[in-house]
Amino acid sequence: MRDVYIIGVGTTKFGELWDKSLRDLATEAGLKAITDAGIYSEDVNALYGANTSAGQFIDQEHIASLIADAAGLSELGIPSIRIEAGSASGGAALHEAYLAVASGKYDTVVVGGVEKMTDVPPEEANKIVGGSLDAEWETFFGVTEASLAAMIAKRLEYEGKMKREDYAHIPVVSHKHGSMNETSHFRNSIKLEDVLKASYVAQPLTIFDCAPLSDGASAIVISSNRQLINSSENPVKIVSSEISTDYLSLHDRTSIYSLNAFKRSSKKALESAKISKEKVDVLELHDSYSIIGLLQLMELYGEKEAMNLVRNEELYWDKSRPTNTSGGLKAHGNPLGATGIYQAVEATLQLRGKAGQRQVKGAKYVLLHNMGGIGATSVSTVLGVE
Amino acid sequence: MSDVPRFWRESNHRYRLVGTKCNNCGSTFFPPRDVCPKCRRESIGKMEELEFSGYGEVYSYTVVHDGLEPFKFQLPYILAMIKTDEGPLVTGQIVDADPSEVKIGSRVRVTLRRIREEGKTGIIQYGYKFILEK
Amino acid sequence: MASIVSYGSYIPRYRIKAEEIARIWGENPDNIKNGLMVYSKSVPAPDEDVLTISTEAARNAINRWGKENRKKIGAIYVGSESHPYAVKPTASILVESLGLDYNIMAADYEFACKAGTAAIQNVIGLVDSDMIEYGMAIGADTSQGAPGDALEYSASAGGTAFIIGKKGIADINKTYSFTTDTPDFWRREGEKYPSHGGRFTGEPAYFKHILTAAKKMMELMNTKPEDYDYAVFHQPNGKFPTRAAKMLGFKDSQIEEGLMTPYIGNTYSNSMMIGLSAILDKAEPGDRILAVAFGSGAGSDAFDITVNDSIKSFNRSSAPTVRKQLENPIWIDYAYYVKFRKKIIMRGD
Repeated sequence: MRDVYIIGVGTTKFGELWDKSLRDLATEAGLKAITDAGIYSEDVNALYGANTSAGQFIDQEHIASLIADAAGLSELGIPSIRIEAGSASGGAALHEAYLAVASGKYDTVVVGGVEKMTDVPPEEANKIVGGSLDAEWETFFGVTEASLAAMIAKRLEYEGKMKREDYAHIPVVSHKHGSMNETSHFRNSIKLEDVLKASYVAQPLTIFDCAPLSDGASAIVISSNRQLINSSENPVKIVSSEISTDYLSLHDRTSIYSLNAFKRSSKKALESAKISKEKVDVLELHDSYSIIGLLQLMELYGEKEAMNLVRNEELYWDKSRPTNTSGGLKAHGNPLGATGIYQAVEATLQLRGKAGQRQVKGAKYVLLHNMGGIGATSVSTVLGVE
Repeated sequence: MSDVPRFWRESNHRYRLVGTKCNNCGSTFFPPRDVCPKCRRESIGKMEELEFSGYGEVYSYTVVHDGLEPFKFQLPYILAMIKTDEGPLVTGQIVDADPSEVKIGSRVRVTLRRIREEGKTGIIQYGYKFILEK
Repeated sequence: MASIVSYGSYIPRYRIKAEEIARIWGENPDNIKNGLMVYSKSVPAPDEDVLTISTEAARNAINRWGKENRKKIGAIYVGSESHPYAVKPTASILVESLGLDYNIMAADYEFACKAGTAAIQNVIGLVDSDMIEYGMAIGADTSQGAPGDALEYSASAGGTAFIIGKKGIADINKTYSFTTDTPDFWRREGEKYPSHGGRFTGEPAYFKHILTAAKKMMELMNTKPEDYDYAVFHQPNGKFPTRAAKMLGFKDSQIEEGLMTPYIGNTYSNSMMIGLSAILDKAEPGDRILAVAFGSGAGSDAFDITVNDSIKSFNRSSAPTVRKQLENPIWIDYAYYVKFRKKIIMRGD
């Protein structure tokens, strides 16, 4: 397996982008990425497109072919495939693209993720997002993703493992970072009380505990081509990429609050990268819901350490365990297929030293976690400067 | 518009809480499975249907305010994960109860209710919901 | 001779008081309570219907009999005037919701409020002729009352299931029916609410048929009112059956146990049947019961029943009694009532 580097990144803003279609978004992100990489369309050997649910949001399947077309690549006949793994589609696409390049089949590949979520009414969006859950045995009975996260929170509070204020801290951190990130869906800072007092989505979770419905697209260019890598400004290495899965429905898991897939994928990713978790300078977590964000910290660092980090506010960009410097899913946004790719964009900016106000000094390794549904798929990726 | 066969296929499972038992290791499952995740290949041909008693207790629950369209008339509705007496967890609504009456550990029993209907002209999809046992 | 092997009833928990309905329409609640003798009625939740109610009642009957017996049921008939489908029988869905054997006869019945008892008669015939070993007959309704109409105070929801075989807890000594073409109460195809003939529903309809059937039954069985421990009649309100009882020579104490309508309203196809169910909840060996249903259109089905010794070993406690289901109601106001009964015009209607 060859070494693979990220040689270019690009992203649209994330948010309610009324005047941009899915095609507009994908094209914008893709062009920014290849410009950043200093390459031309002819240099692209393949295109991997991540998209979770365009079929339901805008009646469109066959996404990769569409993106290639919209980006003007159809005359070149570039291999284009769509990757879907629920809300982990972005991370999964990165994984597939990485394998394609590392294996030697392709030299330079564009990996993009795009989602257009705001063309449908919110109740419809709830149902479509529920496509990452079990359609027959969860969604059919009225289950939404937020309701599952809520039941996890309630059980954890009942068992005395955490307080409401603990997981309410996660969106506060994400918003602080989002306020320093131009492409973020939300740019406002929030306080803990805001989270607690907002209107309920599914008790005890409020609207501030839940990532928004966003439109957006992000893209990266990855390559094993030595020439391109050397002429790129700050090539960032894909040190490792690992995937694991768990039972699809929450009720089938061995424990409803153990993220077994994340435990496995993160362990494998760190082992493959040959680094310990202490060496990770920045963590990009899948905070689709505040409680889920905290669970990931607990899975990675252990209950006690995770609580310390939260209660001592150590998750900020300038503290000991910078987490979600992008703004996370809560503030930066969660256009399902794009999220995992944006995490790679943010990581690249951090590793290049180009993250502006939210720069983590001397960042060398970033661990990304992109999750499908409530933990059924987990993609852990380590990016670094080596 | 009507996904009749997809619903019909699961009707006995949803009407009577019919799950599966792996006769290789004895594990019980709800919802039903074709393959036992513990025994995998050794379970082929040994999975048997099992009708659950319908009794259990609340393992966790929530009150949904931002819900799905078909359940508009029941907002806010109570969703729960029920630990059946047989072991497996089942996710479903708790009905005929005020949220303040529901506690983790409350005993429940299963009942049959309308879950969804396909508009005014489509079929009615029935399934399990849960009632608090007093 | 056929016998009731088991029985079970279900009443939805939501209730609305007569005075709450009267408040909306500017009527004097005392007229309703004293005049009609209806104090409150049951209201089905938005996710309940005749199928779910029948399932719950039938499961109660099966649990009292022993779930292991259910595959022995050879026929199932459901009587209602509010079946969920106009075409697709409630009985066919019950085969699956109860886990019955697929080798079974089934159909739905309609005869206004006596559809359930007509189903019972059908099952009696099948049992007596040895065509089946056991059969199930259900009467259930979620009847709608037109807003502002007198029937709005009483039209309610509930169901009862009887399992009938050769040997049971209460022997059906005889059944007799009287049927005429009397248009006292009807609903045209496609209409949401029924219509009725006002005072015409009394003497020429309810009383004529109930009294004729009751008297004929006593003539056939050579009995007098004093020979019965209990009497239960179709109960569209509390007043009619009380007056009919008096006219026939029964005492208030004989009809008291089976008089449910004042509390739960008129459950239509379940109306007499739930009264009979409440009586069986209390009955002792040797008790004799006269049960007479009435269905508009019109007709009356009468049953002469004697409870036998088997009731002593009958597992009644495996299901809630009718009176137990009167406890713990969930009271709602007229706004919730209108929402639950889907009387609000929604977008797209």
